[in-house]
Amino acid sequence: MAIPLIYNVRSIQGRFSSTLVALFSIAGVVAVLIAMLAMASGFKKTLVASGSAHNAIILRGGATSEMESSLELEQIKIIGDDPRIARDSAGRPLYSAEVVVIAALPLRSSGTDANVQIRGVSQDALAIRDTVKLLKGRFFTPGLAEIVIGKHAQETYSGFDLGKNIHFGGRDWSIVGVFDAGGSAFDSESWCDANVLNQAYKRPENLFQSMTARLTAPAALQDLKNAVSTDPRLTVGVKSEIAYYEEQSVMITTLINVLGFLVAGVMGIGAIFGALNTMYAAVSSRYREIATLRAIGFRGSQVVLSFMLESLIIAFLGGLLGALIILPINGYTASTINWQTFSHMSFAFAVTPDILIQGLLFSLILGFFGGFFPALRAARRPIAPALRGL
Amino acid sequence: MTNNLHAQDALIAVKNIHKNYQRGSETIEVLRDVNLNIHKGEFVAFMGPSGSGKTTLLNLLGGLDVPTSGHIFIDGEDIAGMSAKKLTTWRSRHVGFIFQMYNLIPVMTAFQNVELPLLLTRLSKSERRRHVEAALAIVGLADRMSHYPRQLSGGQEQRVAIARAIVTDPTFLLCDEPTGDLDRKSANEILDLLTRLVQEHAKTVLMVTHDPLAANRAGTRFHLEKGVLAVNSKGEAP
Ligand SMILES: Nc1ncnc2c1ncn2[C@@H]1O[C@H](COP(=O)(O)OP(=O)(O)O)[C@@H](O)[C@H]1O
Ligand SMILES: [Mg+2]
Repeated sequence: MAIPLIYNVRSIQGRFSSTLVALFSIAGVVAVLIAMLAMASGFKKTLVASGSAHNAIILRGGATSEMESSLELEQIKIIGDDPRIARDSAGRPLYSAEVVVIAALPLRSSGTDANVQIRGVSQDALAIRDTVKLLKGRFFTPGLAEIVIGKHAQETYSGFDLGKNIHFGGRDWSIVGVFDAGGSAFDSESWCDANVLNQAYKRPENLFQSMTARLTAPAALQDLKNAVSTDPRLTVGVKSEIAYYEEQSVMITTLINVLGFLVAGVMGIGAIFGALNTMYAAVSSRYREIATLRAIGFRGSQVVLSFMLESLIIAFLGGLLGALIILPINGYTASTINWQTFSHMSFAFAVTPDILIQGLLFSLILGFFGGFFPALRAARRPIAPALRGL
Repeated sequence: MTNNLHAQDALIAVKNIHKNYQRGSETIEVLRDVNLNIHKGEFVAFMGPSGSGKTTLLNLLGGLDVPTSGHIFIDGEDIAGMSAKKLTTWRSRHVGFIFQMYNLIPVMTAFQNVELPLLLTRLSKSERRRHVEAALAIVGLADRMSHYPRQLSGGQEQRVAIARAIVTDPTFLLCDEPTGDLDRKSANEILDLLTRLVQEHAKTVLMVTHDPLAANRAGTRFHLEKGVLAVNSKGEAP
């Protein structure tokens, strides 16, 4: 049997103040790591929430985002005729042909310009996106320079107030409504008539970037894909809207995650030195105890294991502390540049159980490296001189 | 001649032991050609001035260190040639150590300290409890099981250490100045206990001591002088 764990637990208790440096430095690293991972996961959650399993998004074949896609009205109508597209009560297919532009408008906070994403949509845009609800005012009138703004856009940009006019694309737009997109990326957008937006930006008529269509059922997606890919008139790609937004989040979440582990890794090296210091001190103050255990017949490997466990316990406590410290960040709203569109996007930090586990595992890694060499030293010390107190 | 006759049935037979330490370029001969035989159930005392090599000899007999040359047969097995790993297992089976400074684990109770050597056996939890209670009863500390070392007097600490040494019923006990840190009264209690272990429990006890009163308890006395084992109390050449 191993050297009892109680030996380590009580030893830590007995010299708790000397473990505090190691404990806090590990807590700091874990807090930073969790914050970064929560940022990435919040970002992803926000983007993915924009999609619905009930919707398909259609882009030009080969396009990976709507920013690099274009669709002619011709093609959009063909797809709209497909029986897999849901109809409204009047029998018209439910879809929105959309264009996206980026307008530079002043922030409320600093007055400096930032990019806001303006989406030109069809009249049915609300009907197909059931998570988007009008909070105040009304939806825009087709053919008019009217705009509805997302609730985060309203909070973020100066002059984004119901009843006011904003200026972009060489003309004034009157704000006629505010919508709530349930915490998704749409909350950071503003929506207007796609045709009016095309005119304002002198883009060709009847040319759009994407089409979002309501499916009769989520399972109809595959049939739609098959139908579209075999139709010689169509050169488009069909994706589930959720899959699309997930893909859109990949680059930036990967970037934040990698950055998070990099920063935590660099900080972690410092924390490992703190742990090493604590553990070397623990070992050298207990040479006689260790020698006694070895004399009794405990093996060197058991001593290594015992001191490794001690280091891991300290590190885990540090990790728990770090997780507790950073937990309140959950739900905290921040805004960042969506690098896919170079526009501002608001999102809430999401501390998931997964992320907490990763943070705690990271603390254990730090504990492993902080404990390994001190534990080896403890086990390799010759017994006879250690018993003499040499 | 006597030596060879005794060697036949000796529990411990030390043959031509040398132990050198290297201090820089200097070689220190700590033990020089030590030979001795100890029988089962003997109470042996090693005396001699400080630095004469008593602790070194005890460490060799206990498998904590290895001789530079020579053989140490214990129960027929030569431990002088054993690997460190084998020695570790051998110690757990055959030796009970009692130190001058008791060497209890301060963060563990008397019970947990005494239980430590049993964690290296296959005994179940309840069997371990039975053995620990029996050992603590022998040393008269059955009522101090949940005390921590700092809550005990020096004499009581040493009795817990003795319980820890006997709990696995080892082949022999090694005591390095077991009363060196105790007052006369506590020292006598410890010596009474060791005597009782030899007389009533048939233990074999090897004890290093400075104290002539302690040495008088032993049936056999060896004297070490500058690493050479001199005469014993029976007047035999060792
Ligand atoms: N690890 C060691 N390295 C060098 N010299 C040592 C070592 N251990 C003991 N010695 C020396 O060996 C001699 C005998 O020591 P020791 O066995 O402790 O004597 P005693 O127990 O009789 O007082 C001393 O001179 C001591 O300094
Ligand atoms: Mg000594």
